[in-house]
Amino acid sequence: MSAISFPEPALAQQADEHAAPRAARRWYRQPALATGLVLLAVIVIAAAAAPLLTPYNPIKQNLGASLLGPSAHHLLGTDQTGRDTFARLLYGLRNDLRIAFIAVLAPFCIGTILGSIAGYFGGWVDTVLMRLVDVVVAFPFYVLIIALVFVLGPGERSIYIAITLVGWVSYARIIRGEILVAKRQDYVVAARSGGLSPIRIIGRHLLPNVITQAFIYAMSDIVQDILAIVTLGYFGLGVPPPIPDLGSMINDGQNFLTTHWQLTTFPGLAVVLVGLSLSLIGDGLADVLRPGHS
Amino acid sequence: MTFVFRRLLMLLPVALGVTIVVFFMIHLIPGDPAQTILGIHATPQRIAILHKQWGLDRPLPSQYWLFMDRLLHGNLGQSLYYGGSAASLIMQRLPATLWLIVYAAVIAVMISVPLATIAATRKDALRDHVVRAVPLLGLGMPPFWVGILLVYALAIQVHAFPVSGYGSGFAGHLHSMFLPALTVAIALSPVVIRALRASMLNVLGAEYITTARSKGVPPGRLFLRHVLRNAVIPAVTVLGINIGFLIGGTVIIENIFAVPGIGQLLINAIFQRDFPVVQGVTLAFGVLVVMVNLLADLSYAVLDPRVRFDR
Repeated sequence: MSAISFPEPALAQQADEHAAPRAARRWYRQPALATGLVLLAVIVIAAAAAPLLTPYNPIKQNLGASLLGPSAHHLLGTDQTGRDTFARLLYGLRNDLRIAFIAVLAPFCIGTILGSIAGYFGGWVDTVLMRLVDVVVAFPFYVLIIALVFVLGPGERSIYIAITLVGWVSYARIIRGEILVAKRQDYVVAARSGGLSPIRIIGRHLLPNVITQAFIYAMSDIVQDILAIVTLGYFGLGVPPPIPDLGSMINDGQNFLTTHWQLTTFPGLAVVLVGLSLSLIGDGLADVLRPGHS
Repeated sequence: MTFVFRRLLMLLPVALGVTIVVFFMIHLIPGDPAQTILGIHATPQRIAILHKQWGLDRPLPSQYWLFMDRLLHGNLGQSLYYGGSAASLIMQRLPATLWLIVYAAVIAVMISVPLATIAATRKDALRDHVVRAVPLLGLGMPPFWVGILLVYALAIQVHAFPVSGYGSGFAGHLHSMFLPALTVAIALSPVVIRALRASMLNVLGAEYITTARSKGVPPGRLFLRHVLRNAVIPAVTVLGINIGFLIGGTVIIENIFAVPGIGQLLINAIFQRDFPVVQGVTLAFGVLVVMVNLLADLSYAVLDPRVRFDR
């Protein structure tokens, strides 16, 4: 499973219904959130603007210029086939970020829906879904992802499927826990006695109040997905070469560790920076959206 | 005793679910599984043998029955690459993985408890902020990358530890496996530090600590008997939740350090397209996590007598 502790149901602390909007106006006063957002913005812009930031093609080989050291022409030098490391870093970041941000969507939606159903209706639906969750978390995260990508065949599509099959359980657990607390509150009881349908109660009344928890968790989940994507790339199970990917860059550079340490070190540092920015955002969001809970 | 029994009973549906997931892996393979697995080595005879072995011509429930019947007899199928049975391959390599898991958990505790204590005893001081920054950086570090850097720094540059391998004898294992275990521990510590710091802060604010202090309990005893014992329970829970992560991390780290465990077996089997071994190792990891979770649950009962009566 994940390396992330689950936030406890936080609704009880959210008594002041005006707290969230007022806090949202103060987002820039949260140093963690502001730092994280700025850092992530810089990373995303650098990745998105890769063609503007580097004149080099990340795929085109130039065997006459292999394994050059850092210089004004090649900021981080070149790899064994003469490809510019800085260009591959930017394009690799671009691919890995894109895959991670897309990959998180399906587990978020599926987990939220199933978690709401389990939490709201309870009974056998809840029992069955939670046993299913128990079964999925019985497998180590990396083992299940690696095994699933193997049986589905390497590639981007398999990564999405594998992350979805494994990732939904965390969202389902979080949302279920939140809804179990929230559904006993007066406004839900009122909505139910007003004859509203369960779909309307969940969609319009419950989810807007509990979704923040899933959102906060999603920040650390994206970090975990990026780590999974990079790990798959390292083992040659990710996006196929020569498409730039941080994991395969680390693998390629590993052979030249003693002479060209930058080939291995910088792709990893890029991942650490992405992780740092998202962790800061997650922590900051938790402080803003759950006042008094820190 | 009833607690232990009830906990064992809860294990059944999960264990059954784990076998169903592992059984279904074969049906996730696109196209004819036998054809896809054998790839360029596919001949009509070999495909027919695999079809018969897996019972692919039978209806699903009957296939599962066949799978379970073999499993309960300890038969995970024949390895396509190594020859011999998948089960014996896994049993041979299990000790190295268990070694790594236990070693890593010990190091993780040795890193986390002091750091969490440093942070929690002076909340919001500089040292608290420094410790709180550790998880922020640590969570984003790819474990295999950390492993490579540690090899470079401590094995290639300093020669303090071997680059790879398992070593022989207890002292040999302890020495050879230090870097792999440290790598897994570094990946795990951020979460444990966070949880332990939070629960220590909770305990430090509790009334019984004030009472103990006013009674004049010496600080060392106060910390060990009152704070740590109570703070450790939520941390064990977090360790239990993340045990899958700890165990999964060993898959990657074993391959970096060439530790001959089942994680290395899994990746090798994937490269050799040795499906029965991949299936068997996945099952072994599932069983391992379920067992460790059970141990974690039972250890609460030892740490906190209230748990035994709670449920």
